[in-house]
Amino acid sequence: MAAYVSGRILSLVLTTLAASVVVFLLMQLLPGDPAAVMLGVNAQPETLAALRRQMGLDEPLLTRYLSWIGGFAVGDFGTSYTYSVPIAELLGPRVMVSLPLALMAMAISVGVALPVGVYAAANRGRAGDTASMGIAQVAVAVPNFWLGLLLILLFALELRWFPASGFAGWENGLWPGIRSLILPALALGLPLAAILARVTRSAVIEALGEDFVRTARAKGLSRRATLWLHATPNALIPVITIIGLQFSFLMAGTIIIENVFNLPGVGRLVFQSIAQRDLITVQSLVTLLAASVIVVNFLVDLAYGWLDPRLSTGGAR
Amino acid sequence: MIAATFRSVRSSRNLMIGLAITGLMVAMALVSFVWTPHSPTGLNILSKMQAPSARHLFGTDAFGRDVFSMVMTGAWNSLSVSIVAVAVGMGAGVPLGALAAARGGVIDGLIMRMNDLAFAFPALLTAVIITAIFGPGAINAMIAIGIFNVPVFARITRGASLGLWSRDFVRAARCAGRSDVAITLSHILPNINHVLVVQATIQFALAIVAEAGLSYVGLGTQPPQPSWGKMLNDAQTYIYDAPWLAIFPGLAITLAVLGLNLLGDGLRDVLDPRVRRQR
Repeated sequence: MAAYVSGRILSLVLTTLAASVVVFLLMQLLPGDPAAVMLGVNAQPETLAALRRQMGLDEPLLTRYLSWIGGFAVGDFGTSYTYSVPIAELLGPRVMVSLPLALMAMAISVGVALPVGVYAAANRGRAGDTASMGIAQVAVAVPNFWLGLLLILLFALELRWFPASGFAGWENGLWPGIRSLILPALALGLPLAAILARVTRSAVIEALGEDFVRTARAKGLSRRATLWLHATPNALIPVITIIGLQFSFLMAGTIIIENVFNLPGVGRLVFQSIAQRDLITVQSLVTLLAASVIVVNFLVDLAYGWLDPRLSTGGAR
Repeated sequence: MIAATFRSVRSSRNLMIGLAITGLMVAMALVSFVWTPHSPTGLNILSKMQAPSARHLFGTDAFGRDVFSMVMTGAWNSLSVSIVAVAVGMGAGVPLGALAAARGGVIDGLIMRMNDLAFAFPALLTAVIITAIFGPGAINAMIAIGIFNVPVFARITRGASLGLWSRDFVRAARCAGRSDVAITLSHILPNINHVLVVQATIQFALAIVAEAGLSYVGLGTQPPQPSWGKMLNDAQTYIYDAPWLAIFPGLAITLAVLGLNLLGDGLRDVLDPRVRRQR
């Protein structure tokens, strides 16, 4: 197990480093000199040169990369070109919007998908299965930003239960903050729930056909207990895989959903930084997002080993 | 026997509905070239923001443009961007995956590590950055969406063809002195094409959503060319006064994606007998 984990950690660090190189090189391709963007069109050439020197833009590529990634490793993501404050400072309040949003969306996805998927599997071929999977089939096709607009239309403009856009801020209390994240979280989470419900259904159906399920029933365990205690836990590996993959979708989804609901989150910051040619901020944020996807995939791998010990020892393969 | 027949009817029902919806979308896109009820780009301030009626089936927008005509033209935009994006993904991904499977060893390791790396970047984020670098527009959206299709096709091609290389008919071809390229073209690809076709339909559906997303945030298709995503963005401004503007383009995206998903499911059932048995 220790060798498995340390091997995984090494590959995690290497992948993150490679991702940072890719992001850094991509940013060099972005048109527009950040120093020129900061100073505007009427800047004197000398001022421009001085600023470029101050920002380290005249250094060779490798030096710039090393100084950036060195800082990155100790939590210094650089200073925003646009706001002239450390990026970490810029990031703090925005993470407090995006992270709860992502977690709520994930909770909605899992909270809806697991019961529906297990129910459909247990009632395979009956009306409940056909109806729930029919709804899931349609829900998979709904783009989250359109669902967001429909939710605004119904719950914000018609029923007035939730705000149509903007974020109330945590300083005004927990409920106003959560209230402004409920519609965006539903918009992000429900289409993912539809995918997850379908995966859960087929994984549970497969587990229900296994010998250990027959044994459990033969020793007198009830149908319900067999379903939840034996079949469902054994169906979790494909379900966890999809949850891990959905995290990446979620990260990308927040970029658009934060635009739909006008939320001051990380996704919007990425967007604004691209528009303002705030390269260093884009570079650090995209690397952080990629790193978080890599870390989640690592955790999913660890979860495999925990759910199915054969995988971490290589015995099953 | 009866159950098997029932299952194949059910699977072909997916295929039939999927084909019907996709066919409708393609027909709408093609017809938009020669006929739309009104001009999709013609401004008419006098008839702006009209609710759906017999004259304007889906209503009109803030500039008095006919929403139905815009949805029709948007279908072509959406389909063409997605077709090219999937073609880019297959064009680069399939050869890479086939190479990895054929050669194994260092080349395989290298291609697959690059693949893992590509998966670390959320697809839409990559597309946003690529369009930011090369500028917004339909062509760049095609490339951006195509690029994140490459690792998907590389992985699926490698996975599907890996086992074939140890099969007797491939070994025989090798003994007969055929090159890796020739074996891949005449033995490997024909045996995995069902997997690729199914994956292509899935990626096609994802590409439609990605194009709409990019256009929604202003990085995809540029006005005056109508696109479903851009229409939804415009609709948000007038969502209280003209909710129909937000309904129809979204419905079109959902229908197109639903049709392709059903088509993919149906094709998988028909082309891959193993899946049919498991259901």
